[in-house]
Amino acid sequence: MAKYKTKGLDCWKRAKELRNRYYKDYKESPSRGGLRWEGGAWSFDAIPQALEGEVHGLSEEPYGASIAHNPELQVRYQEAAEGKWGCARDLCSYMRAYWGSVALNEYAYGGPWPHADFIFQNQICCCHSKWLQVADEIDGGTTPYFCFDVGVGPYDKIGDRQIEYVVAQLYDGIAFIERVTGRRIIEEKLIQNVYNTYRSNCYWAKTCELNQAIPAPLDEKTMFSLYVLGTLEKSNQAIADFYEKELYPEVKDRVANKIAAVADERCRVLGDSQPPWGFLKIYRYLEQYGIVSVANLYTFSLIGWMKVDEKGHLVPYPTLEEQGITIKDRDHALRLLVEGELKGKLMWAPFYGATYKNDLVTKIAKQWRCDAAIIHLNRGCEGTAQHQMQLKIALQEMGIPVMTFEGNMADEREFDEGRVLRLIELFVSETLGLKKVA
Amino acid sequence: MIVAGIDVGGKNVHVVILKDGVVAAQGAAATGIQKAEAAERLYEETLRKGGLTRKAVGRVVATGSAGKRVAFADACIADAAADARGVHRLFPSARTVIDIGAEEGRAIKISPEGKVLDFAINEKCAAGTGTFVEAMAIALEISVEEMAAISLKSNTSIPMNAQCAVFGESEVVSLIHQNVEKQDIAKAVHDAIAGRIASVARIVGLEKDVAVIGGMAKNDGFIASLRKEMAMDIIVPNDPDFVGALGAAEAAAKGVLEEKIAAKVIGQEIVEGEKTS
Repeated sequence: MAKYKTKGLDCWKRAKELRNRYYKDYKESPSRGGLRWEGGAWSFDAIPQALEGEVHGLSEEPYGASIAHNPELQVRYQEAAEGKWGCARDLCSYMRAYWGSVALNEYAYGGPWPHADFIFQNQICCCHSKWLQVADEIDGGTTPYFCFDVGVGPYDKIGDRQIEYVVAQLYDGIAFIERVTGRRIIEEKLIQNVYNTYRSNCYWAKTCELNQAIPAPLDEKTMFSLYVLGTLEKSNQAIADFYEKELYPEVKDRVANKIAAVADERCRVLGDSQPPWGFLKIYRYLEQYGIVSVANLYTFSLIGWMKVDEKGHLVPYPTLEEQGITIKDRDHALRLLVEGELKGKLMWAPFYGATYKNDLVTKIAKQWRCDAAIIHLNRGCEGTAQHQMQLKIALQEMGIPVMTFEGNMADEREFDEGRVLRLIELFVSETLGLKKVA
Repeated sequence: MIVAGIDVGGKNVHVVILKDGVVAAQGAAATGIQKAEAAERLYEETLRKGGLTRKAVGRVVATGSAGKRVAFADACIADAAADARGVHRLFPSARTVIDIGAEEGRAIKISPEGKVLDFAINEKCAAGTGTFVEAMAIALEISVEEMAAISLKSNTSIPMNAQCAVFGESEVVSLIHQNVEKQDIAKAVHDAIAGRIASVARIVGLEKDVAVIGGMAKNDGFIASLRKEMAMDIIVPNDPDFVGALGAAEAAAKGVLEEKIAAKVIGQEIVEGEKTS
């Protein structure tokens, strides 16, 4: 008999609808007189989405991940990108998949590649600004392009100077968008978008916090399909409503009623970096041993905003409503947006050193009551794969058994399923001493 | 009680049969492409060698990269687990195991009880495995055994790439064309692999005693390079390539069960694992 009750999420269908609609809207936007823009998952979408009229964006990393879910498709797109210039395989695998899609003139959601009207991007890692520059070159080289810099320091070093630096660039970005589109940024839309951004990010973080419960209400494989909405358009009203009014209350209810993600939860595992998207079955494999992956800095903080409280604990960042803040005008909106992004998105921090990553992840391991860690040495993303071996040592010093496996989030040629399953079996059966649940 | 361990690796299969805890017979053969058939054949041969029949064997445990292909095995354990058990039987004081086979090099940290605490694998690269040495021996137009012997005569250090077996081979060819002595090239190859393997081993931490097993452990030239690189003494058992199979046989003897054997022998639901701290 199973240890805990379990059931699927009631809001699962809604999440899928929102995601499918996003990709459909991007494709169909021009037919309704709407605009399209390309950017990244961290591109401060509140701004371009404040343009008058209909406007839809395509965020590059989730699109790359969508391709990666299909191993056959990802190889075809990777090879197309490599065939274009012989681009090196150690470049970001999402980026190469994206380039391949453009080079083949294919939209992974059907039809030819949908051209964007402008690009609004930020430089968050070694490749983001080049990514869409090159994509545009493949696509004809005519798309107006704006990129802003956010490399201002980790969350505990953000002050007025850092915020002012980014806000000033956003004013330039607004002027750029208005010039190239001939449309205005509507202040009321911008303000609402910023409220929505806070709601999406803060309520995702609150949802992640609920996973500290035993049994965990969510498993990481499920969480991937939920956080993705925030990576698509966190400023979107429907998406913000989903997080605040559907997902969070449902997960809270699961905690109250001890409804588990994995009915036989007996071992809680911490992950790191993106998973190998084409092989998510490894999570279901782990479940055969009663192992549930409950926590991952990446899964939490890709969109979730958190902060370190006075006791040194990771807690969700407060929404504007919780802070008692009413946005006054455009300038206030931009400053709050930047402040939230720079202070709340802890995923920026690893870019500033192993100490930050170790500190955050060891906090997660403790607070989310992790028994072990399985770290994906992700060859496809240098940003998230930073400091992983230092992290392994830090976790082991806490007494947490750790295994690593090499792979690639979006290039299945670099993932050896058989070998990884053997390693996991070794770790689980020998180091953790677990057997399969009957 | 008679038990058997079968280690089906990338290149070779090894069988060890224990009778009341003592090695009654052992055998080795190349696996070829038909690994399951090779394992079956060798098992039969080894039984004959020991004057035993299949019926007499109470339990068979397989291991190795193709261990799951041994259909007649009662259970299959991970190769690192087999290594740990085998080394623990031979050298209870060992805390670090380095296993270098044809296709994989791994370092394993083991507890005083012979349990796997941590492991690191030389993944997806032939450099740092037996295959690398074989490729270099072919380039030098000598056997691996000869390469091992002549390398011990060299006192020269030539830095060499060990990040890629393909590039390594190119370097060897270049050194040959530069009229570098074969013994010096052989030592350079061993030094390069030793450097790579030591790096993998340092991921789990080099804690004494360190035991080196697998086919590469028979290469005295490599072992000399590894001792120097790690600046510590290492233990190499007799028949180091049989340690995995020995460990699998130990597992059979000590009743380590996969779910198949649990259901078959005990006739109950499998035992649930305990939550670890």
